[in-house]
Amino acid sequence: MTVKPLDDDRVEGLIAHLLRAGVLIAALVVIGGAIPYLAFHPRAHVTYRTFQGEPDNLKSAHGIIGTALSGDARGIIQLGLLLLIATPIARVMFSAVAFAIEGDRMYVGFTLLVLAVLLYSLFGSFLIT
Amino acid sequence: MNVIEFTFLVWTGALVAGFLGSLTGLGGGVVLVPLLTIFFHVDLRYAIGASLVSVIATSSGSAAAYVKEGFSNIRIGMFLEIATTIGALFGAYLTAKVPAKAIAIIFGIVLMYSAYVSRRTRPRTDVEEPPDPLATKLKMNGEFPDTSGVRAYNVYHVPAGFGVMWVAGALSGLLGIGSGALKVVAMDQAMKIPFKVSTTTSNFMIGVTAAASAGVYLSRGYIDPSLAMPVMIGVLIGSLMGTRVLVKTQTKRLRLVFSIVIVLLGVEMMFKGLTGGF
Repeated sequence: MTVKPLDDDRVEGLIAHLLRAGVLIAALVVIGGAIPYLAFHPRAHVTYRTFQGEPDNLKSAHGIIGTALSGDARGIIQLGLLLLIATPIARVMFSAVAFAIEGDRMYVGFTLLVLAVLLYSLFGSFLIT
Repeated sequence: MNVIEFTFLVWTGALVAGFLGSLTGLGGGVVLVPLLTIFFHVDLRYAIGASLVSVIATSSGSAAAYVKEGFSNIRIGMFLEIATTIGALFGAYLTAKVPAKAIAIIFGIVLMYSAYVSRRTRPRTDVEEPPDPLATKLKMNGEFPDTSGVRAYNVYHVPAGFGVMWVAGALSGLLGIGSGALKVVAMDQAMKIPFKVSTTTSNFMIGVTAAASAGVYLSRGYIDPSLAMPVMIGVLIGSLMGTRVLVKTQTKRLRLVFSIVIVLLGVEMMFKGLTGGF
């Protein structure tokens, strides 16, 4: 380990930029949905006292993207939140690649395990509720 | 309340929570759920969903500031994330099975515990033991910049740390918090990792841990865009402001005040849980 073109410090720096960019994009999309949401129903009554759950089109990645593309304000906000959730997942994917380039097979394995849990949560967790 | 009033008030509350959380290092997520449930009468599940989203935002948003200093250890973080993500998935499943009042009581205990951890004076844990074979095999031992140049450190008790991390993940998934306090305890106390490395690595792990339960929350309908929007934006701006001010202010008294606030919120959560307020 004398020559480390992609050392841990550089990887961490890149990861930090990735995370910051992800959060920034997510926040901008959320604000992009918030403006029409606040402009169109400013005086509507809101209460969160009782739990009703979200409609189906705001509960899955597929549904959220479709709803946001149709121009629905709440759908756009939810898309921003989905991007936010995806940011740490992208970070883990990036780490897997970085460990692979470093030739650290053991940590590629650990990272893929974490990635599997995250992807299961986002795409497969509706299977068991 | 109408949409504009509600959004503005929640945004302001989240901004203050995020600001104080990052200024004191106690995290803003831990006060959000009590804030939303006690003062805004939000259902516990919606509150947990909105809080978790903001936890991801602050963890990822502040990562850049921490990484620059070169303290965090990505190998320790990644290995322990196996425990926290599986724990978080389990915790998120539990939220649907455990009655709301039990969640409120657990929340109260966790609030008081995190206030206690932040007040406790830590004995210096400079261990001069031979390196732990398991930690060496997992390539966890590292070094970090110190006042006197680069300081090397060894990691110990990996299974114990892994176990505490699983619990931290489960609490994060159950309560919608980052559980940074418990993550630091696992690394600093159990694994004898230097405090600065523990805190920065913990911050790095919080986002990934939270993402593991966020997927479950999303598919259960706990994440409401209209509520999560002001919470996320407020906490994010507040915590970024907090990290800016951090270097300039004396935070000792503020930490004490915020700890007291956290304890009071913990008592209120437990009281409401016990008297059927949820």
